[in-house]
Amino acid sequence: MALDSKIPAGPLENKWSEYKEHCKLINPANKRKLEIIVIGTGLAGASAAASLGEMGYKVKSFCFQDSPRRAHSIAAQGGINAAKNYQNDGDSVYRLFYDTLKGGDYRSRESNVWRLAEVSASIIDQCVAQGVPFAREYGGLLSNRSFGGVQVQRTFYAAGQTGQQLLLGAYSALERQVALGTVTVYDRHEMLDIVKIDGKARGIIARNLITGELERHFGFAVLICSGGYGNVYYLSTNAMGSNVTAAWKAHKQGAYFANACMTQIHPTCIPVSGDHQSKLTLMSESLRNDGRIWVPKQKGDTRKGNQIPEDERDYYLERRYPAFGNLVPRDVASRAAKERCDAGYGVGTSKQAVFLDFREAINRYGKVECGKHGIENPSEEVIREHGLAVIKEKYGNLFDMYAKITGEDPYQVPMRIYPAVHYVMGGLWVDYELMTSVEGLYCLGEANFSDHGANRLGASALMQGLADGYFVIPYTLGNYLANEIYNKPTSTDHPAFAEAEKNVADRISKLMDIKGKHSVDYFHKKLGKIMWEKCGMSRNEEGLKEAIEEIRTLRNEYWNNVRIPGTDKEFNPELDKAGRVADFIELGELMCIDALNRKESCGAHFREDSQTPDGEALRNDEEYMYVSAWEFKEAGDWQLHKEELNYTKLMPTQRNYK
Amino acid sequence: MEHYDMHLTLKVWRQPNGNTAGDFKIYEVNNISSEMSFLEMFDVLNERLINEGEDPIAFDHDCREGICGACSMVIDGKPHGPWAQNTTCQLHMRAFKDGDTIVVEPWRAKAFPVIKDLVVDRSSFDRIIQAGGYISVNTGNAVDANSLPIEKKKADDAFAAAACIGCGACVAACKNSSALLFTSAKVAQLSLLPQGAPERRTRVLDMVAQMDKEGFGSCTSTGACEATCPKGISITNIAKLNKEYFWASLTSE
Repeated sequence: MALDSKIPAGPLENKWSEYKEHCKLINPANKRKLEIIVIGTGLAGASAAASLGEMGYKVKSFCFQDSPRRAHSIAAQGGINAAKNYQNDGDSVYRLFYDTLKGGDYRSRESNVWRLAEVSASIIDQCVAQGVPFAREYGGLLSNRSFGGVQVQRTFYAAGQTGQQLLLGAYSALERQVALGTVTVYDRHEMLDIVKIDGKARGIIARNLITGELERHFGFAVLICSGGYGNVYYLSTNAMGSNVTAAWKAHKQGAYFANACMTQIHPTCIPVSGDHQSKLTLMSESLRNDGRIWVPKQKGDTRKGNQIPEDERDYYLERRYPAFGNLVPRDVASRAAKERCDAGYGVGTSKQAVFLDFREAINRYGKVECGKHGIENPSEEVIREHGLAVIKEKYGNLFDMYAKITGEDPYQVPMRIYPAVHYVMGGLWVDYELMTSVEGLYCLGEANFSDHGANRLGASALMQGLADGYFVIPYTLGNYLANEIYNKPTSTDHPAFAEAEKNVADRISKLMDIKGKHSVDYFHKKLGKIMWEKCGMSRNEEGLKEAIEEIRTLRNEYWNNVRIPGTDKEFNPELDKAGRVADFIELGELMCIDALNRKESCGAHFREDSQTPDGEALRNDEEYMYVSAWEFKEAGDWQLHKEELNYTKLMPTQRNYK
Repeated sequence: MEHYDMHLTLKVWRQPNGNTAGDFKIYEVNNISSEMSFLEMFDVLNERLINEGEDPIAFDHDCREGICGACSMVIDGKPHGPWAQNTTCQLHMRAFKDGDTIVVEPWRAKAFPVIKDLVVDRSSFDRIIQAGGYISVNTGNAVDANSLPIEKKKADDAFAAAACIGCGACVAACKNSSALLFTSAKVAQLSLLPQGAPERRTRVLDMVAQMDKEGFGSCTSTGACEATCPKGISITNIAKLNKEYFWASLTSE
C-alpha cells in the first residue's frame, strides 16, 4: 500500500484552517449513534474522549490503571509550550514551528508541526478555563519560563507538576462526561486486539484485568492513545505499566510502525544504583537553567565533588558548546555525558555519572539577595545561606526528590546524573488526519510518530498530546465518520469478533501453559540490556546485527521458558506483564532493524559511522530524508515503506549549538 | 551515603480476592540493600515467590515517582510507611534497620473494597469527581487565558490543593475512613478560582452527598489525614469546604 499522508494543498499557514472549513460535519442526532473506542487516558486519550463526548458521540474509554487519573502523563514535570508571546520576546507560531522542526533534526512532518504550533495557544486557554492552576505573576497574569533548545520564554508550568495538573484537567473533563452519560470508562482493562471487518477497524477485544474475562466492544472507530514504549529498555523513566501492547496489536493488524528506533535519552536522570533497580527518575530539564555540568579533569578521580577545586573541573558542555552551554538539546547533552564517562572521567561508585552542580548559582543568587537586603560585605556563609533559599524556592521539590532517592543532600554536594531512556519519537504511522494505515484506526499523542522528528524538545510532549486530543481529532474523526452514518453498528456476535477473541484466548493459554523456569522480569531485563547496549545512545552496524540475532534467540527462549504463576481468570499482574513483554521483544527487533536501515545520525539516533570529525551527529538528507514506515508481515519479517519528507517553509541545515 | 544489607521479617496481608477472607503471612527476606525502594524490595520477594512456585504478592504501583497515586499500603500502621510526606514507591529501605519486622496491610475502608492482597478498589474517588469535581467548559471556545487575571496568592493556594494525587492515604489514616480531605482539596481548588464560581453551590453539595453515598465516614477533625498525606494537603481545605457547604446549604433553593 502506498503511503498517502493526505496533507492538504495550499500554503503551510492555511492548511489547517482550510481543512477545518471543508471537512465533513455530522448532525448531532447522528453523533449519538456513533460509538467510538479510545484506548488510554493520558493527555491525548482523556482529552480526546472528553472532547468527543462533549460533541455528542458515544465514547468508550479504556485504561489499564485503576483510574484514568493515573496515566503516566501525570509524571511530566517541566511544562507545556505555547506560542502566546505573552512575554513580548518575539515568539510566534513560526518560531515555535521552527524550533520544533530544527530540534527534531528535520525528520518530522512539516504540516503536522505547523498545525501543532498553530493550536498551541488554544491549549493554554482551554486548560485555564478548566481551572488548571498554572503559575502566575503578581499581576495575576500567567508566568512563563524557558526550556532547552529555544531562545524565548514560552513554557507554561505549574511548579514541577505541570503534567499532573494538565492531566487532572483532562481527567475532570472526562469524568464530567461520564456523569453526563456520554463516556463510559473501563478501568483495569487492557486492549488485546483490534477487530477488523472489511478492512476497517470495528472494535476491540479487551481483557478485564480483575476477572481475566475477555470482552468484545464494537466501535465505528478506534483511537490508540496509549503512550510510548520506552520500557522496551526495561529501565526507563516511564511508569512500570507503560507498554506497547495496544499499538503493537494495531501494527500486527496492518498499521505501519514508523521511525521505531528514534528514542530520546534524557540527560538529567538519577543514576542507576544497583541490579535491583526497577525504574529511573528524572531530574527536570529546568535544572539545567542554573546547574553546571562537569566531570573531573583527571581520569579516575575518586575525590568527592566538593573536594575538587575549580581549576580541576571540566565543564565539558560549556567547553564544547559555548553558545548554548548547559542548555544544549537533550540528545547533544546525553551523548556528551556518555562520551566523558566512556573516556574514564565518570564519577560516583559506578563511574557512570557526571556532576550537576549548583554551587555557582547559589553564590550568584546569594550575592543578588544580599544586595537586595542591603547586607554590606557579606561573608561567604551569609551569601550561601541566601543563595540556598533562592534555589530552594525554585527547585525545592526536585532537590527533595533527589535526597529521598539517593540519601544525599544536593544542597551540600553536587547531584550525580546520567542519561536515561525517556520518550520515544517513533510510533504508529499516521496521516494528517491522525489515521493509521488501517481505515478507522487512529493514533494520538506519544503513540504516533508525526510531530517530534528525530528528537523531542522539552515541554513539547504535553503540547502534542493535548493538541491531538482537544483540537485535531474532533475535526478529523468527523470527516471519516460522516460516511459511516449509513452503516449500522455491527453485532459483537459477528464472526470477526469471535475469531479475534479466540486468537487472544489462545495466546493467553499458550503463555500460561509454558510453565517454564524464569519469571517475566528475567526476560525483560535481558531484553533491556541488549537494547541499551546495542540500540541505545549510540549504535553501529555490527552491534545492531548482533542485537537482532540475540533478540530472536530471546524470543524463542521466552516462548519456551517463561513462568507465569496463578491462573488467567483472576487478578494476575504477572500475566498482564507477560503479554506486554512478549510484544516488547518483537518491537525490540524492529527497533534494531529500523536503526540498521538508517545509516545516518539524526537527533536521538546516533550511528557511529555517521559523524562529523569533531564527533557531532551527521545527517544524510540525500538518502534518508524519509519516514521509515514498517509493514508487519510475520514475526521477524517487515517490509519498509518510505514517506518522503518535503520542507517548503525552511530548508534543512546542519544543527549547530556551538 | 553508607549502604548496608538487611535481613527482614515481613508480615504481609494476603487475600486471594474480595470474597475470601484474608490473613497475614510471614516472609523472611535477606540481602536487602538500604538503597532499594520499598517496592523494589517487594519485587525481589516476588521474584523469589515465583521461582518457588508461589503466588506473588499483588500491589498497585505504576509511576514509582511519587505522583500517580497508585501505590498504597499501610506499613507498620502508617499509610505509605514511616517517612513524612512520602509515597510508598519513594520510601527507601534505609528507613529500616537490619533485623526489623515490618507489617504490611492494604488500605482499610468500606468504600475501598479489597481486590487482592494489598490492592483495593478506589473507583469511589472517581465517582466523587463525577459528582461535580470539574468546571463545565467544552473544548474549543475558551477565551484568552490572560483575560482572566488571578491573584498570585489564590493561584498558589489553588495549586497547593490541586496537588492531591488521589491515593487515598487520608481515608486509610482516618479512624472514620472519611474522604473529606480528598473531596475538600478539589472543592477548595475550584472555589478559589473565578472559573469555578458558577457551579460553586451545586459542586460542594453534590460531592459531599456522593461521598456519603460511597460509604465514607464523617470527619471528626483529628487531623490524621493531613499528617499522613504524601503531598501535604492541608486540612485548611476542609475548613474551606465546610464554609462552602454551609453557604451552599443556606442559599440553595
